[in-house]
Amino acid sequence: MADTAIPAKEPFRLSMLIYDRRYRSLTFQVIVFILVMAFGWWLVSNTVRNLEVLGKDFKFDFLSQRAGYDIPQPPIPYTADDTHLRAAVVGVLNTLIITVLGCVAATVLGVIVGVARLSNNWLFARLMTVYVEAFRNVPLLLWILVVFSVFREILPPPNAFRGEDPAASMILFDNVALTNRYTAIPTLGMTNDPGSLDLGWRVTISWAAIAFIVVLIGGWLVHKAIVKWAQATQDQTGQRPTTWWMSLIVMVLPSLLLIWYFGLHMIPPELKGFNFTGGLNISNALVALWLALTLYTAAFIAEIVRAGILAISKGQSEAAFALGISPRRTMNLVILPQALRVIVPPLISQYLNLMKNSSLAIAVGFMELKGTLGGTTLNQTGRELESILLMMGIYLILSLIISSGMNLFNARVKLKER
Amino acid sequence: MSEIHAQTAQYVRDTMLPPKPPPENDSGVVKWLRSNLFSGPVNTILTILGILIVWLLVNHFWGWFTHSVWNAGSLSECRQLIVERWGEGSTGACWAVIRERWMQFTFGFYPSELYWRPTMAFGLLFVALAPVLFSESRKIRRIVLVTAAVLTLGAMLLLGAPAVWLIFAAAVFAAAIVAAEQRPSLLLIFSLLFPFLGVWWLWGGSLWGPIMALMGLVLGWAAFMLLGRLSPMLAGIGMLLVPLLWWVYLAGAAAQDAERLISLSIPAVASDRFGGFLLSITIGLSGIALSLPLGIVLALARRSDMFLVKTMSVMFIEFIRGVPLIALLFVASLLLNYFLPPGTNFDIILRVIIMVTVFAAAYMAEVIRGGLAALPRGQYEAADALGLDYWKAQRLIILPQALKISIPGIVSTFIGMFKDTTLVTFVGLYDPLKSMSDAVRASTDWKGIYWEPYIFVGVIFFIICFGMSRYSMYLERRLQRDHR
Repeated sequence: MADTAIPAKEPFRLSMLIYDRRYRSLTFQVIVFILVMAFGWWLVSNTVRNLEVLGKDFKFDFLSQRAGYDIPQPPIPYTADDTHLRAAVVGVLNTLIITVLGCVAATVLGVIVGVARLSNNWLFARLMTVYVEAFRNVPLLLWILVVFSVFREILPPPNAFRGEDPAASMILFDNVALTNRYTAIPTLGMTNDPGSLDLGWRVTISWAAIAFIVVLIGGWLVHKAIVKWAQATQDQTGQRPTTWWMSLIVMVLPSLLLIWYFGLHMIPPELKGFNFTGGLNISNALVALWLALTLYTAAFIAEIVRAGILAISKGQSEAAFALGISPRRTMNLVILPQALRVIVPPLISQYLNLMKNSSLAIAVGFMELKGTLGGTTLNQTGRELESILLMMGIYLILSLIISSGMNLFNARVKLKER
Repeated sequence: MSEIHAQTAQYVRDTMLPPKPPPENDSGVVKWLRSNLFSGPVNTILTILGILIVWLLVNHFWGWFTHSVWNAGSLSECRQLIVERWGEGSTGACWAVIRERWMQFTFGFYPSELYWRPTMAFGLLFVALAPVLFSESRKIRRIVLVTAAVLTLGAMLLLGAPAVWLIFAAAVFAAAIVAAEQRPSLLLIFSLLFPFLGVWWLWGGSLWGPIMALMGLVLGWAAFMLLGRLSPMLAGIGMLLVPLLWWVYLAGAAAQDAERLISLSIPAVASDRFGGFLLSITIGLSGIALSLPLGIVLALARRSDMFLVKTMSVMFIEFIRGVPLIALLFVASLLLNYFLPPGTNFDIILRVIIMVTVFAAAYMAEVIRGGLAALPRGQYEAADALGLDYWKAQRLIILPQALKISIPGIVSTFIGMFKDTTLVTFVGLYDPLKSMSDAVRASTDWKGIYWEPYIFVGVIFFIICFGMSRYSMYLERRLQRDHR
């Protein structure tokens, strides 16, 4: 083998760096690397010089100083005496809250609308088309401002609910009150409160919540085991035991027992004095932002779902019908599993978009990451460089977490090709 | 047997029966209703739900829309008129605010005596776009150009443009219409010049600035041609280096000297006077024009075999895509001055355009990468088999097909970017949606008006974005080469 074709060793010439394919890409990469590094060095040296001229330094110690501003409805205990770091954490948590709420609601609405656009009901399909086109072709900022204006301008003030013959009434069996300042919703109360677990940094989790989480996860694991046992039985005997009632029991019964044990009950909001008390008053900034983000993202998700369903060839559903499978089961067993692999990748980017779009909260004054770290903290400390770099870093990390999590899901649903 | 049977048959009908109309229940409106609205219980429920939604919407908004007032000086006057016309307690839309502030919504705080300049730039934009967007059909080109000419010249007359410029615009349109009939490729010259002219018309000042900027490109081309005889490597370096040196060190001084010799100035307009749809369209169009080439380069870099190039491109794209546009806009308004040499201070609109471009380019790169990945492997192999080098293969075989595949994605990126231009309100620019509505509401006359400005701006955005998406569908159909 060794004596077949060894070319005579050419002497190395400088021009070979350009003309020889073996070296050319290396040369090119080195040049690009040097250029990029030079550009980076230029940026950094400019920054250093500019900071010197302004007499500023590059330190993150402002994060441990007193913030001195209030955040309405922080998800963890927070006062104006806390540090900027804690304010930033509150901001991140608020971003996460709005992202999770928005993603869940937008997915549900988007799937419904996407399927409805394909329905053979002419009127409903047209209505959904109008909705989708209206939301896709108009800036999100407009929807946020409009929804916020609806809440602020049209809804009644809290004291309109007062009196024998009130001007406004609560909805959902007197449980939710929509006012022009906040939305009052019921909270949960316990007669037998087990106290809370202190996580440090004044963050506490109620033992009851932990109990419910443990019970739910445990129930789900037992359900998996039951399914596995049923499968094993079926493989051995050919008969699949009926398991739905067992699953139902392990999933539901422990929770019901816990509810009974803790004495869980709902506390509806009540008008006392000028405001609603008892329940939870959610600021309209959050509700409006959540609604607008949901409606906007759902329009995009609807199109993704529709495209995914249309991508499944007609023969698949026809084959299913030929086998006598009902339309509903065809959807669940044949169409959706195949459509998911088309739907999930663009869905991931819609979730990411929603997370990034939540930064528009500054339009309505909801204090998420952009409002705390990139807003009030930045203005108070004058640390533009540090604040914005830190904020972008956090957004980047959140995006990476969301996309890697969803990619795991994608790897599970995608077509297993052999 | 069969023959006998046929002959023995007593009677065979020799004419067809006339076709009967389908049963009453299975034709016309009834059938349509039955199959589209009431084919089953679920369908019927959906129909009733749909009718309920429509009825709710109409019930809520019909009165408001029909009780519109177009002529009034203030909101209170509007309300008074509505009460006078339609009785006590009736509400209605007060479109008078749009009528009165129309110019502000369109141009922001641009000097009113110079409104004709952006109008002319916008009209001539269609001349620049005609050879690019409407290259296929002479008829469509004719319609577009004639409509643009009539509308632009009319608008310029109304806005009181000087006669010189009216004649200029008319001449350009006439030349363009003639060129579009005879040699459409001639129009490309205007398309190349338009960015420089457009900047001059919008911002004003001396024409020598754009000319000297253009000179940089000419110099780069000259350097490429001259050095190309020595070595292609030198030519490449020269093509990049010469214009860069020219722009950084010489262009400014040259423009000033030239201006002193021959003055080519028109009144300058500062960036903070820009606003409304003028601002959105300026940022949107520049972003579109700049982000497409940048996106292509990034996509090619991401698919490159070269490890370093690929890594850097991936890092850049993922960084930009992981960060909200607002954060980048804040970088533009607060941080860009930190990154540049001390004393540099350039225009806020330019900074925003840079950031919007970079943002859109990262998304564009991913869309185009999808297109590149969707091309069959055989196309690449065919290009190699023909002995084409990398750039020729990309230019002649790969990119045209990849771009064609990714048209829907590219256009939706454009639409997204155009919608995102409203976010510039957060860095203190007067976007049409929030800043302009707030500015209108700040006056005592229109205090408390919410819906009309939002609806108006929303409708304009809808028209533009919907138009773009329809255009992309047209383009897809036009470029369709497979016969299915």
